[in-house]
Amino acid sequence: MFEGISNAVSAFFSQRLVGILVESFPKMLLPGLKMTIPLTAISFSIALVIAVIAAMIQVAKIPVLRQLIRFYIWVVRGTPLLVQLYVVFYGLPNLGIVLEPFPTAVLVFSINEGAYCAETMRAAIESIPKGQMEAGVCVGMSWLQTMFHVILPQAFRTAFPPLSNSLISMLKDTSLAANITVMEMFMVTQRIASRYYEHLALYIEVALIYLLFCTVLTKVQAVCEKKLASYGF
Amino acid sequence: MLTIHQVTKQFDGSQVLKGVDLTVNKGDVIAIIGQSGGGKTTLLRCMNFLETADSGTMEFDGETFDLAKISKKDIERIRRKTAFVFQSYNLFRNKTALQNVMLGLTVARKMPKAQAEQIARSALEKVGLADKADSYPNALSGGQQQRVAIARALATDPEIIYFDEPTSALDPELTGEVLCVMRSLAEEGMTMLVVTHELGFARNVSTKVIFMENGSVVESGPSMEFFTNPKEERTRAFLNTITQHEKE
Repeated sequence: MFEGISNAVSAFFSQRLVGILVESFPKMLLPGLKMTIPLTAISFSIALVIAVIAAMIQVAKIPVLRQLIRFYIWVVRGTPLLVQLYVVFYGLPNLGIVLEPFPTAVLVFSINEGAYCAETMRAAIESIPKGQMEAGVCVGMSWLQTMFHVILPQAFRTAFPPLSNSLISMLKDTSLAANITVMEMFMVTQRIASRYYEHLALYIEVALIYLLFCTVLTKVQAVCEKKLASYGF
Repeated sequence: MLTIHQVTKQFDGSQVLKGVDLTVNKGDVIAIIGQSGGGKTTLLRCMNFLETADSGTMEFDGETFDLAKISKKDIERIRRKTAFVFQSYNLFRNKTALQNVMLGLTVARKMPKAQAEQIARSALEKVGLADKADSYPNALSGGQQQRVAIARALATDPEIIYFDEPTSALDPELTGEVLCVMRSLAEEGMTMLVVTHELGFARNVSTKVIFMENGSVVESGPSMEFFTNPKEERTRAFLNTITQHEKE
């Protein structure tokens, strides 16, 4: 029994396969560092800006704009990310709007993630006691000034763990960009896999690289949370 | 200096303020007393536009404003000449004591940092908390937080400070330190409008007392006269229940 398994394992990890895996590793890691991570970083940064603005519009109860934001969140959260990528990349050309793969990915990922993070930010802002805003305007600051100096810093701390969650989940979702020909980590893996016909081993290998990236992010999150907690508020 | 006229306010169909008049002169220390739910806090909040009054006018520094239709610009302008001390302190939780006091100067009044810090430090010194400048609110006791809040109010050099039950959230032993600071402000001639349950403060520190009940002013007058010779039956009844309570 045990011999059977070990035979199967050693047969699986033939010298040829080990060679392929070792050779493929940098070929996967490189697009991971040059594409997956920048795509995630850029899209998430834009998503955060969208989220803060969308959350503030909702909290400020600005008429019309607020309804537009609700509509945006409703549509984005109610449709699959993959479909959104297809609509923009393969659909918009019908209207004469042709975008390059990478900008398309950034656009779709940031708009998509922005909707989710907007809800996180809104909840975080609403969790700050009303008295903080009242005190701000009573010392003569405007609503916006109080927002920036008092409410948002506190809200970001509350929102930090769920936002980190979103970031990690977005990093993995960037693999969907393979569908619109972005040469990111997963796309490259698909190509290698079809060349060598070693799908199982190579897809597990790329999964492990994603796992590595996410582990780093989780560690960074833990360090940041500790740091935030030490700020004494 | 400040006069409000016929202020009314309704919450969900119940009339909280039924046409309140009030005049504040420079140097007045006015205590607004009365049972909870009588409209005292709402009046104060309407005067600083934390609530929007349904009707009424305000005359402040020679200008007249319609409280129901006042513009945002005018509100901000008036707020820069007033200060508000809350029952629950409402210190900015992400700022140290010093930063709490400075924010109204550096951000709202665009004052250079060095100058603001100097003012903020002397305001903290005035409330006896110079050594707590770098503490965050959650490291301070309730009494200390309220004193920082008073320093924050003082720093902007307001023409009037509104106090909304400043000691109601405090333990009795902490109440004393806050009242002590307020008393010294009063002695320096600061104009103050204080909603309070501390009849001792109303009697001994304030120059004028206003007794409110069910959204109306029942009686008002100089403190001495108010306590020794109340004119209205309702006032006498209120003072009796309170003094009896204090005796027990």
